[in-house]
Amino acid sequence: MVTSAIENNIDGQAHHHTETFISKYIFSLDHKIISRQFLFAGMAWAVLGGLLSVLFRTQLAWPNETFPVLETLFSTWYTDGILKPEAYNAMITMHGTIMIFFVLTASLTGTFANLLVPFQIGARDMASPLLNALSFWIFILASVFMLASLFAPDGAPSAGWTVYPPLSALPQTSPGSGLGMTLWLIAIALFIISTLMGGLNYISTILNMRTKGMTMYRMPLSVWALFFTAIVGLLAFPVLLSAAVLLIFDRGLGTSFFLSNIVVGGSPLPYSGGSPILFQHLFWFLGHPEVYIIILPAMGIVSEVLAIHSRKPVFGYKAMIFSLLGITIMSFLVWAHHMFVSGMNPFLGGVFTVFTLLIAIPSSIKVFNWLTTLWRGNFHINPASIFAVGFVSLFISGGLTGIWLGSSTVDIRLHDTYFVIAHFHLVMGVAAFFGMFAGVYHWFPRMFGRMMNNTMGYIHFGITFVGAYLIFWPMHFMGLSGVPRRYYHFNEFDAFSQYANMNVIITVVTIIVFITQFIFIFNFFHSMYFGKKAPQNPWNATTLEWTSPVEGIHGNWEGDLPVVHRWPYDYSKPGADEDFIAQTTPLKEGEIESH
Amino acid sequence: MSEALEITNPTQHHSNWPTPDNNEGGEKSPVNMSYGKTMMWYFLLSDAFTFSAFLIAYLAIRMSHVWWPNPNHVFNAMPFLEGVKAPMGFVTIMTSILILSSVFVVRAVQEGHRMNKNGVAMWMVGGIIGGMMFLGCQAWEWSHLIHEGLRPFFNPFILDAEGTLRIAQSAINETTGIREIAVNAQNQFVDVHGVAHTIGEGMKQGGPETFGALFFGITGFHGFHVFTGICLNIYVLVATLNGTFERRGHYEMVEKIGLYWHFVDLVWIFVFLAFYLM
Ligand code: HEM
Ligand SMILES: [Cu+2]
Repeated sequence: MVTSAIENNIDGQAHHHTETFISKYIFSLDHKIISRQFLFAGMAWAVLGGLLSVLFRTQLAWPNETFPVLETLFSTWYTDGILKPEAYNAMITMHGTIMIFFVLTASLTGTFANLLVPFQIGARDMASPLLNALSFWIFILASVFMLASLFAPDGAPSAGWTVYPPLSALPQTSPGSGLGMTLWLIAIALFIISTLMGGLNYISTILNMRTKGMTMYRMPLSVWALFFTAIVGLLAFPVLLSAAVLLIFDRGLGTSFFLSNIVVGGSPLPYSGGSPILFQHLFWFLGHPEVYIIILPAMGIVSEVLAIHSRKPVFGYKAMIFSLLGITIMSFLVWAHHMFVSGMNPFLGGVFTVFTLLIAIPSSIKVFNWLTTLWRGNFHINPASIFAVGFVSLFISGGLTGIWLGSSTVDIRLHDTYFVIAHFHLVMGVAAFFGMFAGVYHWFPRMFGRMMNNTMGYIHFGITFVGAYLIFWPMHFMGLSGVPRRYYHFNEFDAFSQYANMNVIITVVTIIVFITQFIFIFNFFHSMYFGKKAPQNPWNATTLEWTSPVEGIHGNWEGDLPVVHRWPYDYSKPGADEDFIAQTTPLKEGEIESH
Repeated sequence: MSEALEITNPTQHHSNWPTPDNNEGGEKSPVNMSYGKTMMWYFLLSDAFTFSAFLIAYLAIRMSHVWWPNPNHVFNAMPFLEGVKAPMGFVTIMTSILILSSVFVVRAVQEGHRMNKNGVAMWMVGGIIGGMMFLGCQAWEWSHLIHEGLRPFFNPFILDAEGTLRIAQSAINETTGIREIAVNAQNQFVDVHGVAHTIGEGMKQGGPETFGALFFGITGFHGFHVFTGICLNIYVLVATLNGTFERRGHYEMVEKIGLYWHFVDLVWIFVFLAFYLM
């Protein structure tokens, strides 16, 4: 089919051009299409990442049993029906890498920054649509390399998502540290370039492309959150790039940046003078901000969704913005709380403890503001709104244990135990997924012009929410009694035999939750084609994206861009006829703009 | 923007203001810059973090060594002047060339504000030649050091027993496949002039081997930036000559690429500081 549409390119000259399927859906420059592309890619990655977790959980639950079926399906990773030890390490490594980088960083930000930034600030597209498309395609290239590393002939990377040397630097140390690790590092380097391109675009679009009346303090919190996410990403990821480059040198050129006096299998290696701790510093200088790169977009989505569905202005709009800013700055000052046991000076540990506890302040401000936004609201129950509430619940549960871990004295006991797994899965892993689900259910009508099915949404929420707590809550207790993470089995540890049944329960729930996600996927694709047609503004929201034609046109608005007259949270404003006032509605005579 | 520019170019939108047709008369950027320049600034900020990570790695590794080769002795050679010892001489020339090329690009940007096509082109040529000369110098320095035996995984600069810095001859150890300093029967090493010396304390296989790794790694990464900068400068030159910017009505691209070029220059100052002056 050949259609022609008006496209406003960045120089503002409107011109006609023809489109084919390829140019419209594959190599598209349209932010709406790129947003969908990021979402689809993320869904594919999430299924794979989830599948890997099912495989390694199966091993943890039934370490002595054989699974001939799994062996036929995944023959490279199994011998005699049992997951190979090195494959177990590879599974946890790839699970973490996929979920953290490819789903919750690239896809979460890529989907919602592309969808919301131009729409909610009233722009026709990104500042540079070309750079935007490049960002997606380089992400795909990175994905290809990462997928290749999973199927590397010697074995997939197995040094953990944190790829600490010397394990990641020396091919002798593990089968996955050969070609697989090289591919992993190349994939991550490409990934960083893609993030850089995306981030540059989001920042300059937000600063430069706002429509008339859309001052910075009239932007929805989702846009603010994506703005800070981009800033954190631009400053943190380059440091990982440096670390990756130096690690590639250590692996390929025989340099000793991260290596010193190593003996492998009885023979001393010629490396000297480097420091593996240096890598940890460089890694966590990215690694900690990275967790905020993941959570900030989810926070933005949730702020937006909670306000709309409780029909109340978000509580403390400016406090929300400044706590985002606070988190942005502080996230660069706490990285060494991941390294309390690396032999650092206890005084330095104390400094990082103080900074780490300080970052809980802006985080708690946000939590209180969400709760007060909900308080006495006219709460509309739907999948989007309950996933947002679920986010708040999970963020609190996981955030509280962060404060335990932040105290170096406590952390020395808990480091590298299941307590940490429980902490970060609740606060970041599942919470960010909940933010993402809330966003998808909420903006699906905007993305595809149809509504998703609510019943399936509730089932999806119910099982996932209860399941998440069933999976991760017991891990606190396991961690407190010292069960270490990243262990293949605990057969030799009598002390941990008390948790054998617990591990079975966790794994069974994991499998149920994994299967439940296919309800979401079915709902998603079914609704894309057969869902109820979406009205112009299904949630009675105030923001600009709901004023653009449902079917999605090039340039987002026919004729002139909308003009903004008020902030985005005029819900249930006293004296108004309806319980929301669109941002495009001029102030009435004598009306005072809320802030 | 200064008033002088307003006068020389009254019809032009100011390059550092968002052009109104960018967002159809929408809000102005709080930082008063076009989106392209905003992107460049953020890119440079990001890139600055990449370099900072390298330089911090350099400092961390260097501080953990008790001994490090004295740069006055390592970097004292001059091309075509065999035997002349000029500590820091060559790198001073290199650095001056790079700074000079930055000055040329500043002039190109200035001529761009005046919409003087030939002026832009002329100064850009200067900038490009400067960049190429710098890379040429770097190539010479690298090959000189490699000739002396420096490798990313081996360092021939060691102390003899009297504490004098020498450049040891080295060879690959047949059994281990590892490069080591060559030792004679009296357990003495032979320097590049063929004179034997007793090995200084703690210098068994050579000097700190991370020296070469850091040197080649970081100056190489910087050199890669110079190289991309030259490519971008050439693009600007071509686009200037074929009138692209003239038709566009402004030379903002010269300014954006110029920012990159100055950044590369600035980074060199830090690299220079780290490797040659510390
Ligand atoms: C209340 C604020 C928080 C504090 C005080 C805190 C503290 C900590 C500490 C001290 C650790 C290291 C534990 C160890 O390895 O021994 C840790 C691990 C972790 N935290 Fe948090 N955290 C907080 C919030 C968050 C948030 C909001 C996220 C993500 C959105 C997050 C994600 C993670 C991750 C991914 C790890 C584990 C990384 C790994 O070792 O693989 N944390 N946290
Ligand atoms: Cu952290």
